[in-house]
Amino acid sequence: MIGKGSAMTVISSTKNLEALSLTIVAEFDADVQRVWQIWEDPRQLERWWGPPTWPATFEQFEFQPGGKAAYYMTGPDGTKARGWWRITSVQAPSRLEFDDGFADDNGAPVEDMGSAHATVMLEDIGSRTRMTVLSTFESEEQMNKMVEMGMEEGMKEAAGQIDALLAEHSRAV
Amino acid sequence: MVVDQLTEAELDRLFQALADATRRDIVRRVTVGEYSVSGLAALYAMSFAAVQKHVAVLERASLVAKEKRGREQIVRGNHEGLQKARRLLDEYEAIWRQRAERIADILAE
Repeated sequence: MIGKGSAMTVISSTKNLEALSLTIVAEFDADVQRVWQIWEDPRQLERWWGPPTWPATFEQFEFQPGGKAAYYMTGPDGTKARGWWRITSVQAPSRLEFDDGFADDNGAPVEDMGSAHATVMLEDIGSRTRMTVLSTFESEEQMNKMVEMGMEEGMKEAAGQIDALLAEHSRAV
Repeated sequence: MVVDQLTEAELDRLFQALADATRRDIVRRVTVGEYSVSGLAALYAMSFAAVQKHVAVLERASLVAKEKRGREQIVRGNHEGLQKARRLLDEYEAIWRQRAERIADILAE
């Protein structure tokens, strides 16, 4: 299913090459409380964190300052890519901060891969919500890995979705 | 997707190089135009030798290239080094755009 969200979901992105950071601003047709739930509820989080062919499963999810989360993403061939969060700040329903890194097969953080820091801010803009996500990386190598985990399969999936839609269309005609 | 891997030593050099405000400023300038080392030295309240040292650090990190021209040493930006970091940020941005679309789908249910 191709996204129902409009093409204007993401309204801006700012890259800071030297600081290896990325700021994404998106707006949603829902109130702040509702958008907070997609972060707070691991079952909802699982539905969007990973690309459709690499769905995320959160095995541990302590949504509080100092809390930990452990998840894995399962690839089409059954390969599991594991990750962890260390939640550093929770200010419902407007601000969440966490460190995000890779884990080995046992779920232990791979320390030499470093971690990324994410700051999520939700803001009421009338009947809609503006979500700002600032991601800061420690190293280029770590960004490489993040991209490998999320990107390749995401692109393949998008292509597959288009194929499926075209197939449906030709059947309907 | 094949993502070029930098060796650990290369990475260390890159991040050390960009950890200093003067060096970041030098990168910014020489990415836009050429500067001689003495031209750069005139911009900062530090000795020629100190600026030369900064340039050497940037050169080792593949962020700038230095070339002798007559008596001058000309410094230019090494676009390849910076483009590598930019490409990664572009790809990461795409991941977040896809996530935002999926969030919008969930919210629209």
